[in-house]
Amino acid sequence: MSIEIKNVNKNFGDFVALRDVSLDIPTGQLTALLGPSGGGKSTLLRIVAGLESADSGSVHIEGKEATHLPPQKRNVGFVFQHYAAFKHMTVAKNVAYGLEIRKRPKAETQRRVEELLELVHLSQFAHRLPSQLSGGQRQRMALARALAVEPTVLLLDEPFGALDAKVRKELRDWLRRLHDEVHVTTVFVTHDQEEALEVADEIVVINDGRIEQVGPPDELYDAPANDFVMSFLGAVTRLDGRLIRPHDIDVSVGGPPSGSSVHGTISRMLRIGFEVRLTVEPARTSTAAGGEVAGPGAQDEVAVVLTRSHARALDLEVGSRVWLAPNRGATMMPVIRAV
Amino acid sequence: MASARLREPTPVRWGLRLLAIGYVFLLVLWPVSLVVKYTFADGLTALTTALGDPDVIHALELTAVVALSAVAINLVFGVWMSILLVRFDFPGKRALSALIDLPLSVSPVVVGLALVLAYNPRTGLFGQHLDAAGIEVIFSTPGMVMATAFVALPLVIREVVPVLSEIGDEQEQASRSLGANALQTFRRITLPSIKWAVVYGVVLTLARSLGEFGAVKVVSGNIVQQTQTATLVVESKYQGFDQATAYSTAFLLAAASVVCIVVVSLLRPSESRDES
Repeated sequence: MSIEIKNVNKNFGDFVALRDVSLDIPTGQLTALLGPSGGGKSTLLRIVAGLESADSGSVHIEGKEATHLPPQKRNVGFVFQHYAAFKHMTVAKNVAYGLEIRKRPKAETQRRVEELLELVHLSQFAHRLPSQLSGGQRQRMALARALAVEPTVLLLDEPFGALDAKVRKELRDWLRRLHDEVHVTTVFVTHDQEEALEVADEIVVINDGRIEQVGPPDELYDAPANDFVMSFLGAVTRLDGRLIRPHDIDVSVGGPPSGSSVHGTISRMLRIGFEVRLTVEPARTSTAAGGEVAGPGAQDEVAVVLTRSHARALDLEVGSRVWLAPNRGATMMPVIRAV
Repeated sequence: MASARLREPTPVRWGLRLLAIGYVFLLVLWPVSLVVKYTFADGLTALTTALGDPDVIHALELTAVVALSAVAINLVFGVWMSILLVRFDFPGKRALSALIDLPLSVSPVVVGLALVLAYNPRTGLFGQHLDAAGIEVIFSTPGMVMATAFVALPLVIREVVPVLSEIGDEQEQASRSLGANALQTFRRITLPSIKWAVVYGVVLTLARSLGEFGAVKVVSGNIVQQTQTATLVVESKYQGFDQATAYSTAFLLAAASVVCIVVVSLLRPSESRDES
């Protein structure tokens, strides 16, 4: 295990940021800490980096006790959401910083800086100041700077949070490819489930200072441990008293299919690109629970997502009567808390 | 239409401008220009006489020593206190911050008296021990440096604190995570970021220290050729009817301040350019 976190607690005054968190992060993987804002994921990352100290508990990095080590002795690379570029230094100087601090020979430093700038596609900007770069370029520079010291772990705190959607997506792909090249143990914090699902080998879902679930993206998506994980990893709706993903619902017209189904009318239809989003108001009857279901109301509305071609094939429009049923292998979960 | 209504009628606008210019002229420009005029009333004679007077030479040298020492002390402590105030949380932080502004509001004469009470060799709490150790504070250069440093204390801090809080601590954290210790981080990251604020604070401190009169007069004892600074020379020469020398020394002090102001105004734009 590359990073071992044991029973870490952290409070900020009355606010409990982390409660008894234990986590093992394997070597060489790309791990995402995913969760809502204020859930404690950034705090955990900063504790690993030594930028914040835990109230209790321990952190080991590559088997070495690191709980009380100052950040400069941990050999971690840290990338900040707002880049933390050294504004008075050129891009090349920024990247060289860690090597100069370590008093590496000049020639070696220069060679390594050139290599890294090549890796992050910033070679032609070596002599610019950070203020002359775009957000995405600055963040790539920050990454090169963190990688320069050959850290045992690379920690990224919402690395793409300050960038616009298109650049964010590009950098996401690029981070994945970079990790495949460099293979350094990487942990990144994000509140964007798509980012986590797309980039990470393993996802740690953190909410309210606790770890809700740890696992590879597919496992989390297909078998969420609880309704929080399920609703955080993608849109959910309620069908017949259970949580289900809107695209896991089969829509049929012209009569109830075999098995349990909910009958209703389409009240809204919204097309976004290739997908069609339906809002279905269930009728006052229920096949499964025998009249248990209440009449139409906002809470009972079911959201359904299908492809455009499918919607066209079924000839759906507002006011159509449809039967809804979970499709085979759909992830479902009883409702415990309000979503 | 809206902009036309927002503008005052022309006579009112000109009246307000003249009032502002007249105010500055009558209060600052004219009196100071008179000092220059009287200094050079007989060509360079007054200035050369003054510079030939050992009292004046000694006073100018002493002023330079006192002012530069006070600047050095306030530079080190000012930057240190600013970092303490911005980067660290500790009980009594707000009290300390308020205390730093005290020298701005307390009359320098009071500062001088307070220092005399604390450090005089007969009844002063520290003075007795310092005297026993052979260190003279009051009526001597250390006391004058202390008085000047006290009076100019807030100037560096008030320049540096806002800049430090604006740049935030992420760059410093990044530096730490890249392997730099606290001292390396300060020298390579923090100091370059606050450089201009420090320079500006130093220039202000220097101008303030050169012109300090009240506090220094109380602690120095005003002994000719020993503890008499340039401002004290101006007063004593003026009262001793050696007005030419008084004007000349006053002119030199004013010239030094003007140089400070010019330096500041040259620095100001470069500072704003730096931040853009």
